[in-house]
Amino acid sequence: MSQPLDLLIGLAMGLNLVALGSGRLTTLIRIVSFQGVALGVMPLLLESHLRWHVALIALATVTGKGFVIPGLLRHGMRSANIEREMRPFLGYVPSLLLGAGGTIAAMALARKLPLLSAQESSLLVPGALATVLTGFVLLIGRSKAISQVCGYLVLENGIYLFGLLLIHVTPILVEAGILLDLTVGVFIFGIILDRIQREFDSIDTRKLTALRE
Amino acid sequence: MRESLIILLPMAAAILAVLWRGERTRPWLLPATGVVHTVLSFSLLLDPPLVAKGAWLGFDPLARAMLPTVSLLFLSCAVYGLTYLRLRSERPNRVFVAALLAVLGLLSAAHQARHLGVLWIATEGVTLATVPLLHFNGSARAVEATWKYLLVGGTGIALSLLGSFCLCYASLYGGGEGDLTFTALMAQGHSLSRAWVLIAWVLLLVGYGTKMGLAPMHTWKPDAYGEAPAIVGALLAGGVTTVAFMAILRVRAVVAAAGEGVIADRTLLVIGLFSMFVAALFLLGTRDFKRMLAYSSIEHMGILSIGASLGGAGAFAALFHVWSNSLTKGALFLSAGNIRRAAGARTSDVVRGMGLVTPRSAAIFVTGMLAVTALPPFAPFFSELRLVRAGLETGHPTAIALFLGCLLLAFFGLTRLVFAVVDGRPHTAHEHGRSGSSETGGVIGPPLALLGMSLWLGLYLPSVLQEAWAAAVAQLFPGP
Repeated sequence: MSQPLDLLIGLAMGLNLVALGSGRLTTLIRIVSFQGVALGVMPLLLESHLRWHVALIALATVTGKGFVIPGLLRHGMRSANIEREMRPFLGYVPSLLLGAGGTIAAMALARKLPLLSAQESSLLVPGALATVLTGFVLLIGRSKAISQVCGYLVLENGIYLFGLLLIHVTPILVEAGILLDLTVGVFIFGIILDRIQREFDSIDTRKLTALRE
Repeated sequence: MRESLIILLPMAAAILAVLWRGERTRPWLLPATGVVHTVLSFSLLLDPPLVAKGAWLGFDPLARAMLPTVSLLFLSCAVYGLTYLRLRSERPNRVFVAALLAVLGLLSAAHQARHLGVLWIATEGVTLATVPLLHFNGSARAVEATWKYLLVGGTGIALSLLGSFCLCYASLYGGGEGDLTFTALMAQGHSLSRAWVLIAWVLLLVGYGTKMGLAPMHTWKPDAYGEAPAIVGALLAGGVTTVAFMAILRVRAVVAAAGEGVIADRTLLVIGLFSMFVAALFLLGTRDFKRMLAYSSIEHMGILSIGASLGGAGAFAALFHVWSNSLTKGALFLSAGNIRRAAGARTSDVVRGMGLVTPRSAAIFVTGMLAVTALPPFAPFFSELRLVRAGLETGHPTAIALFLGCLLLAFFGLTRLVFAVVDGRPHTAHEHGRSGSSETGGVIGPPLALLGMSLWLGLYLPSVLQEAWAAAVAQLFPGP
């Protein structure tokens, strides 16, 4: 594992914390986009000589996670014309504390897990765990639909980081399927956003409370 | 050949449905595909093809033990859908029909998936294809249900992907090549890394358990089943959950091969009993008869999970219960749809006396409810009886006692609500006009046929099915 890779993973973990502390939707989307680009470059750093299928994955990830999906989210945000300030279920300071604690726990846990010798010193596993956790905190702690989608994306980013451990063995079909599914999934999220906006005149999931016992 | 046709044909029909111009003729694609699918899956049941050892897709014994019931359920729903879409002709049906057919194709693929990655892609595909089905009604409540379904279901599916990666890493760590076909994983057995297998098991159980609707990951279910059209609810409860259960069965076999079967069985037993208990409590409280069906589905997913934890005999009972639950639950959903349409409401506060307004649907609804609460001679009674026997034979008397207690609670809950809806004097509003005439053969035939099949499986269990289930159990529990 190379130094630049660990640097990028560290950057992604730092972005997690920024995302947890940010109150503006535009910032949140920009962070997710940055994280997507950082993640997309990583497969290239895992290789000593470039293979075409790894390059393809990198390209698809950078375009998908870095540009297409954030673009869709920005589009959704503009068309919904929602207030920029968020009133989260879980405050920013508690989420930050949770995120920081989670990152430390992830480092400790990764040390306990049995890892192949090539990956023992890398930040890949703790980075993946911390990012998944951040995704969960965002998903549960935020009330705006767009922030929840961002949380879902961060969660997916964590899973992607873990997938990098396996990039030499998972056949391309599986990887292509993952990227495709992600894009389609968020695309549908976008349509739903639009619909919620039309039905509820706002994208506050707090108002989704008609269905309960 | 037939096994790929059973996937490709519904997909082709879905594309055709998108291109089809006639709004009124398009729904006919549903029963047409349903008939061909049923013929294909039963020909595969009677004459199973050979499956190549390392194949990613194949009609193996487990697919054979489950896919035909999905065909039967889809066919009934498709016939019902013809009349339903005619009644709802004010809404465009292009996306609905295409998505329904795509779900059938993806379900067929997921049942036949012998590779963890392919299984995941197909399940994710099913999740996405159900989205347009759920908000067919386009109401605010339907949008809310769809949003919850996407968020909870999407998170579940993401976790199951993480679990798949962990299982792959377990194989790599154990010196394997990271081959994710179930046969290869089971063959690697004890050399899989224990720690990673257990992490994978937790993630995959939570992930696919969300899809299946096991408590406490069941929160999307009442909303989705409550808001979706009856045929969608029936397909979700009898088809989509079946795929998730199959995924859990396949993964459990890998975990058992790695030597952690005891832990896997214990978690399945606990989560199954917990699901039954939660469902029974909600069944005692709910006043909405469509949400009631969702809680009943959660209860039956709990039963499946318990069956899977009780060794070979328990898995046999669970496979039997997959059939009896799909067919009976289908009859309940479709008849509940009729009652809901005639009454214009869904809660027992407003809906009363449906036995007079829609006598035939009400009769099916009551009979279906009794069948699903294990009244002999319907199939659920016999599958649950086998499960009880398997539990006692494997030395789980406490679990079986709790199981029976939950069944009893659920029975109280179901009968209370069903009779509140069916009995009594109807509101004057629905005594005139829509009564009687709405119960045409198109909406009575399919639930009646499903109920008939449930009765038939109870009275006479065909030897070919018993043989298919036994073969599937042999695949899941390979001898030493």
